Amino acid sequence: MLRIALKMLFGDSTKYLGLVLGVAFTTLLVNQQLGIFLGLLSRSGSAISDAVEVDIWVMDPGVETLDVVLPLRETELYRVRGVNGVKWAVPFFRGAGTVRTIDGDVEATTVYGVDDVSLIGVPQGIVVGDIRNLRRPNAVVVDEDGFRRIFPSKEFQTGLEFELNDRRAIVVAVVKASPSFSSGPVLYTRYSEALLFTNNGRNQLSFILAKSDGSRNMLKLRNDICQQIGLKAVTSNEFKRANVQFVIDNTGIPTSFGTVVALGAIVGVCVVGLLTNLFVIENLRQFASLKAIGVRNSRIIKMVFVQTGTAGIVGWAIGLGGAAAFFQFAGQGDPSFRGFYLPWYVATGSAALAFFIMLVASIIGLRRLLFIDPAIVFRG
Amino acid sequence: MEIRDSKQVLKAAPSIVACECIEKSFGKGQTRTRVLRGATFAAWEGELTYIVGPSGCGKTTLISVAGGLLTPDKGIVSVCGTELTRLPSQKLADFRLKNIGFVFQQFNLLPSLSAVENAAIPLVAQGESYGKAARRARSLLNDLGIESEATKRPSQLSGGQQQRVAIARALIHNPRVLICDEPTASLDASSGKVVMELLREKAVEPGRAVVVVTHDDRIFPLADRIAEMADGIVKN
Ligand SMILES: Nc1ncnc2c1ncn2[C@@H]1O[C@H](COP(=O)(O)OP(=O)(O)OP(=O)(O)O)[C@@H](O)[C@H]1O
Ligand SMILES: [Mg+2]
Repeated sequence: MLRIALKMLFGDSTKYLGLVLGVAFTTLLVNQQLGIFLGLLSRSGSAISDAVEVDIWVMDPGVETLDVVLPLRETELYRVRGVNGVKWAVPFFRGAGTVRTIDGDVEATTVYGVDDVSLIGVPQGIVVGDIRNLRRPNAVVVDEDGFRRIFPSKEFQTGLEFELNDRRAIVVAVVKASPSFSSGPVLYTRYSEALLFTNNGRNQLSFILAKSDGSRNMLKLRNDICQQIGLKAVTSNEFKRANVQFVIDNTGIPTSFGTVVALGAIVGVCVVGLLTNLFVIENLRQFASLKAIGVRNSRIIKMVFVQTGTAGIVGWAIGLGGAAAFFQFAGQGDPSFRGFYLPWYVATGSAALAFFIMLVASIIGLRRLLFIDPAIVFRG
Repeated sequence: MEIRDSKQVLKAAPSIVACECIEKSFGKGQTRTRVLRGATFAAWEGELTYIVGPSGCGKTTLISVAGGLLTPDKGIVSVCGTELTRLPSQKLADFRLKNIGFVFQQFNLLPSLSAVENAAIPLVAQGESYGKAARRARSLLNDLGIESEATKRPSQLSGGQQQRVAIARALIHNPRVLICDEPTASLDASSGKVVMELLREKAVEPGRAVVVVTHDDRIFPLADRIAEMADGIVKN
């Protein structure tokens, strides 16, 4: 009987294609949009992920995110160093800059200033150059995407010069950094150099990065710092989550992605539901004659589930394939999509959505089929 | 062909289909119409029984009741010794699947299935493997003279050929009762005659009753028995 059910489905190729494409479209849209959304979220606070050695971030109590900072007094750094359980603490500066590319374009950049001595906070993945050369005057480290933006068509190399806030900057290394939220160039310099580049040399300590000596629980340590210094102290993971939360709370991004995803789901349900309904209405007589012949309702239910299930699985697979291809190729072509991928739980979630859509469709179809009177087969 | 008197035979052999004092109304209140008003009808194995009568007299309603597709308001329907009026609807479906074959005026073949696949449905629904069912369907189509159309879809067949596929579907599971509602009404005169003769030759067998509702008086001579209906009752 299942063979017959499938024949019925494939026999109506227009509607079968419609069902498959409806599910495929929804699956593609949901996976692509949620993938980008989660990718964007994970980019917020990418500098936190890149500062791998750091356990605890200390900041002004009013600061919620890496991107909006309030200056700390320099003396706070020494006080953090004095807290029991802190192995070391270093300054970390975040500021904005304007870069003029060799094509003459202007790009907004993020400038991070790291501890002059330890250089803690610079991403570890070196593409070319040597981070230690950051100690030279005007030296900056730039991330791969930044390099491509500032020096389009040039190979990765050191020694190139460009203008950062009207000051000369020299590339001493290119590093792999996690993609930034704004996807603009990310520059790392020494703390003192960063102040010169962005703040006319006035002192402005954005964050204090601290390392635990391992003698106590991390949560206890950050509580101690909070209490003893009167500043906000959070672990790296907490700060990463806070950055994600900040994006969720303060930007229209979740709403706009959410809207697209919801619309995709609604369109999917409607298209598939309507087509199923049409399919059933057109085949009502045929289904009725099956019932007249003596095919039980439970068989009819199985047949419908096989039909919708098949269309659903094929559609989901096509949609997922499309989304996977998007993430595979989009990142290669456009750096603003770099690092985006299709998380397994989004793919699974979209399978649940496809299942839900086909369930709704099946119910729409069965609602009619189970209650048709087989006696209609004799009427004209 | 001789037309026996139904009363005589009633005493002689037990009927496969027996409907007694069937009443059936449609609609409610003011629009309620009494369609069957105590119709009594029987069909015997090995016989071709016609039901005739003016349009609207309740022929279709009567065979729907006799075939277990419609529950009467009053009266007893018994087929092969089973009282259909006592069966719950899913059991009734099982009963039809096993014992009854239907041929409809509109053929009602599944458009995306080939002739063989259409004809195989009842056996497949009974749980038979598709291969076996298809083999039996082919041999039936062969019997009915349309083996060359076996892989065609209904839309590629003429009306007469489609009705022959429908007959194959109705006979494939070897039912005790075959019920046909105006099987020739959608066909031109000559293919109607062919279909009727096929029913007479291939469907009527010892152990099977064939009931045909028809308007076509040219084919009356084919019948063993003719039940005449008027106004919701079967005249004697
Ligand atoms: N489901 C139904 N609901 C309401 N009325 C019905 C229904 N089925 C049949 N009728 C009515 O019952 C009457 C008898 O119908 P039926 O189809 O049994 O007649 P018939 O003898 O088969 O007529 P015809 O020769 O035109 O096919 C008609 O008036 C019809 O309108
Ligand atoms: Mg009728």
